[in-house]
Amino acid sequence: MWVEWTIATRFLREGRAQSTLILVGIAVGVAVIVFLTALINGLQGNIIDRTLGTQAHIKVQPAEETNRILAPADGTVHLVLENRRAQRLRSINNWQQVRDVLDTLPRVTAVSPVISGPAFARRGEALESVALVGIDAARYQRIIPVQDDIVEGVFRIGAGDAVVGRQLALELGMRVGDKVRIDGGQGRESVLNVAGIFELGVRELDARYVYLDMKQAQSLLDLPGAATLIDVTVDDIFAAQPVAARIARLTGLKAESWMETNAQLMNALRSQSLSTQMISLFVALSVALGIASVLSVSVVQRTREIGILRAMGTTRRQMLRVFLVQGALFGLAGSVLGGVAGYGLVAAFNTFGPRLFYIPVEPALLVGAAVLATLTGVVSAALPARRAARMDPVEAIRHV
Amino acid sequence: MSEHDARQEVLRLQGLRKSYNVGRPTETEVLHGLDLRLQRSDFVALVGASGSGKSTLLNVIGLLDRPTAGELYLLGEATRGMDDARRTALRGTAIGFVFQFHHLIQAFTALENVLMPLMVASGKPTSEQLDRGRQLLAQVGLDGLEQRRPDQLSGGQQQRVAVARALVTRPSLLLADEPTGNLDSTSAAEVFELFRRFNREFGCAVLLVTHDARLSAQCDRTVTLVDGRIESDSASQPAPA
Repeated sequence: MWVEWTIATRFLREGRAQSTLILVGIAVGVAVIVFLTALINGLQGNIIDRTLGTQAHIKVQPAEETNRILAPADGTVHLVLENRRAQRLRSINNWQQVRDVLDTLPRVTAVSPVISGPAFARRGEALESVALVGIDAARYQRIIPVQDDIVEGVFRIGAGDAVVGRQLALELGMRVGDKVRIDGGQGRESVLNVAGIFELGVRELDARYVYLDMKQAQSLLDLPGAATLIDVTVDDIFAAQPVAARIARLTGLKAESWMETNAQLMNALRSQSLSTQMISLFVALSVALGIASVLSVSVVQRTREIGILRAMGTTRRQMLRVFLVQGALFGLAGSVLGGVAGYGLVAAFNTFGPRLFYIPVEPALLVGAAVLATLTGVVSAALPARRAARMDPVEAIRHV
Repeated sequence: MSEHDARQEVLRLQGLRKSYNVGRPTETEVLHGLDLRLQRSDFVALVGASGSGKSTLLNVIGLLDRPTAGELYLLGEATRGMDDARRTALRGTAIGFVFQFHHLIQAFTALENVLMPLMVASGKPTSEQLDRGRQLLAQVGLDGLEQRRPDQLSGGQQQRVAVARALVTRPSLLLADEPTGNLDSTSAAEVFELFRRFNREFGCAVLLVTHDARLSAQCDRTVTLVDGRIESDSASQPAPA
C-alpha cells in the first residue's frame, strides 16, 4: 500500500490548485451537513427536553373497563346492544408489586406511583377545578424535578401540606402559608396548607396541579391505598415505545409512551428529520459528484503517467488503489476542514445567534461525518479509478 | 560478462503475428510471422520505415501488447497464455523501457523516478536499493542531481534518468524506442554509450529501435523490418559515409 499512497499523495500535491478547489467544495458540503444536523438535533433535543421535562416517558394505567358479555350458547344467536362503560377512577391492582417489578426492568431509570384525580380548590367564594396529584415525593422527583421549579416556599407535601402551581395561586390569591380547601366531591373535604408554589412553565400544569401526599389524595379521592397511575422514565427516550409495549405485556396494564401521547409532536419531529436528511443526502451527492469529476479529469490528465507506471510493472490493482486513495484523502481532508468550519458555524450561532436554545455538537457527529465523507470519497473514486486501471498501457504511453 | 552466461537466451519469437481489429472488417495484420532470437550479449538495432511495425513489435516484446498468434518466450517462459498480473510482474522485473520522450513522472525526484520500478514491486525502498539508485545515477553522470525534479533537468539529463530507471531492476532485456531521437548529438552519443556499457557490464540484452543509420551502424546486429516481415538480420554494416 506504501507505493499507492506515495503516488496518490504526490499526484494530489502536484495538482495543488485542483486539489484545493475540490477540498474547499467538499469542506463547504460537510460544513453544511454538520451545521444543519447539529442545528436540527439541538432544536429537537430542546423541544423534547421541554416536553418531557413535565411528563413521564411512560404512563402505566389500569386497563380500561369493558362490558363482559356472556358467551352465546351453541346454536343460538345473540344480538347485543352495548354502551361503552364510563371509566371511573380505579386503582392499579397490586400496584406495589407492579412498582417493584418495573424497578427491575432494564432501561427503566425511575418508577413513581401516583394517585391522580379531579377535585375543586376553594378559597372564599372562588372555585377552581384542579388535578390532585398524590405522590411519593422521593420517587416523583426523579421523574419531574419539581424541586427545581419552586418559586416560593419549599417542596413539602407532608401531612396537611400541599404544593400548588403559580397560576392557581394567582387565581385564588394564595401565598405560601395560606390555607386552601380541597373538595374531592361527595363531601370529602380537607383544608391544606400551601407549603410551596411551583412554576413548570406549562400553563396547563401551573393552573391545575396540586401536589399532595399519597395518603391525603387517597382519602380525598376515596380510593384508600390506591395508585391510579405509575410514571416511568427510561434511559433512552426513543426506547420508550418498546419498553412501554413490554410493560403492557408483562403486567396486562395499559402502558402509553410519550410518543403516543405526543403523536403530533413526534410527527413534526420526524418530518423535520426527514427533510434534514434529504438536504444532507443531496449535498453529499453533489460532493460525491464533485470528487468523481475531479478524479475523472485527473485520470485523463495523467494518462501518460499511468502508461509509464504500467510499463514499469504497476499492476491494475495498484493503479486502481492509487485513485481510490485520492478519493479517500479528498473525503477525509475535506471533512476535517468542513467539520472545523461547521463547528465554527455552530459556535457562532451559539454566541451571536438569537440564543433561543443552545446547540451542542457531539464528537460522534464529527467522527461520523469524517468516516462517511471518506467512504463517499472512495465510492466516488471507484469509476475514475476503474478507468485508470483498465487503461491500455500502449495507448496510454502514446497519449500526449 | 560476470555471473551470466553470455549466450543465455533472453527472447525468442516463434511465428509471431499481430493483427488489429480482429474479427472486424477492418482487420489488418501488422506483423506476419516473425522469428527472432536474442541472447544476453546481444546489442541489436531494429530498423525499418514508418509503418513497418517496429513499435508494434516493441510493444509486443515488452508485454504491453499481446500477439495474435505465435509464441513469445521471455527467459524461456512462454508468455502468450499468461494473465495480466503475471505479464505485469514479468514486465516489471525482466524488462526495462526507455522511451523516446523520457517519460519521467514529474511529481517525483530523479532518484525516486529511478527507484519507481522497485517501489512498485516491493514498496518502500530499502537502504540497499537507495544505494543502488544513487549508484546508477552516478553511473549515468548525474551525481548530485538526485533530488532534482524532472523539470529542473535538461532533456539529455532526463533521458539519462530514464536509462537509470530502466536498469534499476537489473533487467535481462532493455527495450529502447528512439531513445536518442529527441536529443542533440552530444547527449545522444552519451546515452548510446550508456547502453553499450550496461550491455557489457550487466549482461543485459539491448533492443534499440531507431531511424538513425549512424546509430544502427554502431550496434552489433541490425534487424530490418519491412512491412511486418524481417527482411534482414545480420551483423551491422558500417554507416555510409
